Amino acid sequence: MMVNFILRRLLAMILTIWVIATLTFILMHVIPGSPFNSHNGKQLNETVQKNMEMHYNLDKPLPIQYLIYMKSVATFDYGPSIKHPNDTVNSLISDGFPVSFELGMITLIVAILSGIILGIIAALKANHFIDYVAMTIAVLGISIPNFVLASLLIQEFAVNLGWLPPSMWTSWKSEVLPTIALATGPMAIIARLIRTSMIEVLTQDYIRTARSKGLSPILIVFKHALKNALLPVITLLGTLAAGILTGTFVIEKIFAIPGMGKYFVDSINTRDYPVIMGTTVFYSSILIVLLFIVDIAYGWLDPRIKLHKKEVI
Amino acid sequence: MQTTNEIQDEWFNKRKIKNNHVEELKRPSLSYWKGAWIRLLQNKLAMFGLIFLILLAIMAIFGPFMSQYSVSSQNLQDQNLSPSHNHWFGTDDLGRDVFTRTWYGARISLIVGLLAALVDLLIGVIYGGISGYKGGKVDSVLMRIIEILYGLPYLLVVILMMVVMGPGLFTVIVALTITGWTGMARIVRGQVLQLKNYEFVIASRSFGSPTSRIIKKDLIPNTIGQIIVQMTLTVPSAIFAEAFLSFLGLGIQAPYASWGTMANDSLSAILTGYWWQLFFPAFFISMTMFAFNVLGDGLQHALDPKLRR
Amino acid sequence: MEPLLEVKQLHIHFPTHGGTVKAVRGVDFTLGKGETLAIVGESGCGKSVSSLAIMGLIDHPGKITNGSIIFKGKDLTRLTSKEMRKIQGLDISMVFQDPMTALNPTLTIGSQLMEGLIHQKKLSKRKAKKEAIKVLDLVGISNPLERLKQYPHQLSGGMRQRVVIAMALICEPNLLIADEPTTALDVTIQAQILELFESIQKRTGISIVIITHDLGVVAKMADRIAVMYAGRVVEVGNKRQIFYHSEHPYTRALLQSVVRLDQSNNSLKPIEGSPPDLFSPPKGCAFVDRCPYAMEVCGRIQPQKTRLREGHQVECWLQDTRAVTIRKEMLASQS
Repeated sequence: MMVNFILRRLLAMILTIWVIATLTFILMHVIPGSPFNSHNGKQLNETVQKNMEMHYNLDKPLPIQYLIYMKSVATFDYGPSIKHPNDTVNSLISDGFPVSFELGMITLIVAILSGIILGIIAALKANHFIDYVAMTIAVLGISIPNFVLASLLIQEFAVNLGWLPPSMWTSWKSEVLPTIALATGPMAIIARLIRTSMIEVLTQDYIRTARSKGLSPILIVFKHALKNALLPVITLLGTLAAGILTGTFVIEKIFAIPGMGKYFVDSINTRDYPVIMGTTVFYSSILIVLLFIVDIAYGWLDPRIKLHKKEVI
Repeated sequence: MQTTNEIQDEWFNKRKIKNNHVEELKRPSLSYWKGAWIRLLQNKLAMFGLIFLILLAIMAIFGPFMSQYSVSSQNLQDQNLSPSHNHWFGTDDLGRDVFTRTWYGARISLIVGLLAALVDLLIGVIYGGISGYKGGKVDSVLMRIIEILYGLPYLLVVILMMVVMGPGLFTVIVALTITGWTGMARIVRGQVLQLKNYEFVIASRSFGSPTSRIIKKDLIPNTIGQIIVQMTLTVPSAIFAEAFLSFLGLGIQAPYASWGTMANDSLSAILTGYWWQLFFPAFFISMTMFAFNVLGDGLQHALDPKLRR
Repeated sequence: MEPLLEVKQLHIHFPTHGGTVKAVRGVDFTLGKGETLAIVGESGCGKSVSSLAIMGLIDHPGKITNGSIIFKGKDLTRLTSKEMRKIQGLDISMVFQDPMTALNPTLTIGSQLMEGLIHQKKLSKRKAKKEAIKVLDLVGISNPLERLKQYPHQLSGGMRQRVVIAMALICEPNLLIADEPTTALDVTIQAQILELFESIQKRTGISIVIITHDLGVVAKMADRIAVMYAGRVVEVGNKRQIFYHSEHPYTRALLQSVVRLDQSNNSLKPIEGSPPDLFSPPKGCAFVDRCPYAMEVCGRIQPQKTRLREGHQVECWLQDTRAVTIRKEMLASQS
């Protein structure tokens, strides 16, 4: 049963990645102009441009290019970057990804933990002063764009106070500011969500049952309510992760962190096809795998779901 | 015990008139919109948001005319001037007036936010309406498409779209709405389905109140309420996306000003101490998003009958 | 005999935006050891709210504004929530209406059954498990060991209600409050559950307060019956007194509104009109607008309790000597 379920999911994942890869290909080739229109600011002469296009298969008819591209997606080998011929797409990813991944993961964990705590506190003190303070913080967190927050943090903690380095990704100290800048938004979203769902869950009949047993409020919140209140957050994790991922683009730019986001943004500005395609497919794959993990987590949190899926298959 | 002398014997006759009239409601029953408006007025944060946005809109329209400088006029003698009588918000590294540019940025942000919300509404109502009204296979195909779109990381798509169409205000709006309408479509579909259900239920049973009354009194306000809330929450995310793209250099291009480009241009100002170059765009974008968010929250509470206490 | 539970002049108010709902307006009743009291009435008459008050589960903004709940000599309305927790589950426990929602869907049956023992009685996990198996056996659940590992959704509605009952019994309380325990169940399962209550009472000698609007349940279960209307107990008595010698027009109307399977002419008479608005309850008798025997006095002054025979009390102006002809008219009209 379970094997069957996983196989089905894998198939669906591959299909989604194919759709995304194809879309990316189409989008890239609707763009007028080619990456060789300007090379390091100089206009290339026509023969050089032709040769270059031949080298990157850009002279072939589109269906052929598509097949070549699909082959590279399947084997995950996009060849060298156009703008940095000494680097392959894979080497750019393996250079940048670990850093981006670390930033993203720390952010996700910080956002989830602090969001849950803030949300629970607000829910338990619903409509009291503490709740208003927590929720105002949350709305502020949602309202301040991450790049603005990043600039403010650098201004205050790096420039004015000098407590933390303003850039790079070398020590834990240098990781603090980018993480806060990136985590505040998702944290605020999670806190609001947890508050709403916690308040909702606390009115459920089974909470009243638990209270009729004389259990302590702490036990009721953490054993009986939290698991149920987490469900909506789990559903949102995919979106949150996507947000954090795109957030890394600006955060890496501001803090001069040598991650993948920088390559991605550069590749778009310079129309470096192999890099754009490679990173897009790579990012999408990660998100899809993450969604898969989220699904499994959902089944663990809510035993009803697991059964439902088994029945469907 | 009762003091018997105050009870009169003639009270022990059967009452002639049976008091069977329906008790009139003692609490004032307000119309849906009036009630919602009163609840909104009581919400201080939401009112703050509303007032801020009204002032912002006024400044977005008239602000640029209040100074003698234009958005793009550079004056190399006036580089990096701090706020003063001449330049209320100071000048940037090219000697442009930050005051003028800030209100110009407000224009861009409000236009992007409002247009994105309107286009979302248009596509969402048509798509969701068809999906809910037709039902069956059409509905499941259309919903499947939404699911796939929903699963895509929207900023990634928007970035790719920007690349295809080239940067600019128009493309920002197109790129945002390409992925942004799905939420609205879902809401409209859900409401249309409910509407169909109501008609069915009421037609099959002989309910007390006529169908049109329930639809008019209950469903339509509820639907419109939800749509309004969705729109108010779309606006800040569109404003954020525009600023984000502009910050990355993919959005509004020079010489025009957007809060995103202004923040990007002034990144180096953090180190040089020209704080005003960053502060004004940063402050106004955050406040605008805050205002829309609290207004959206307030509207949600005011309009959702389920949340009424 | 010293009563186990004595509710005196209980008043419960719920402040809302539109005004204060006076849900319970001076409720009195007592319950002896091993006795079953049924509280009957239409929905909204305050019967569930009263039972939640005994359980200490009136939520903010609801408040007990007056009166006392004496349980084993202690006034529960004066306890702090911490002191109350030592009574909840251990001395008084509750079975709720809907077994579909009363159990936490994300926790196993075993974990929900045993938590009372582990956290309240401080038993070890092993001992708690033994007790859990014993109590599942008591409520007639087969394969108890296996059930402990299952989740609520894997059980049928009747089974779940048995689990809920087992949960209420596991700490061996003296008083069980059952709020509409069979309403959400199929008819055949309803009978099984009622029998279960009876057999448990025989074996353990527990006192039961059962809240219901189903007179069939009352007839089967109750020793004594309290009829509630608009936040007050209008008549209380034993089964015989209520079913055959009721003196309150509301009780009589309630009895007439029930289909009797044993009668050939199923003349079902619904009670006309609706209960009064509890935002501003009437100053006289609350039933006056629906009462076929209403007199001038009923709308003006709240009737006092009249003691009839042993334990039979009624709150009605018809008991006044001046209303004797109208009372006779009522008694004559088929019951």
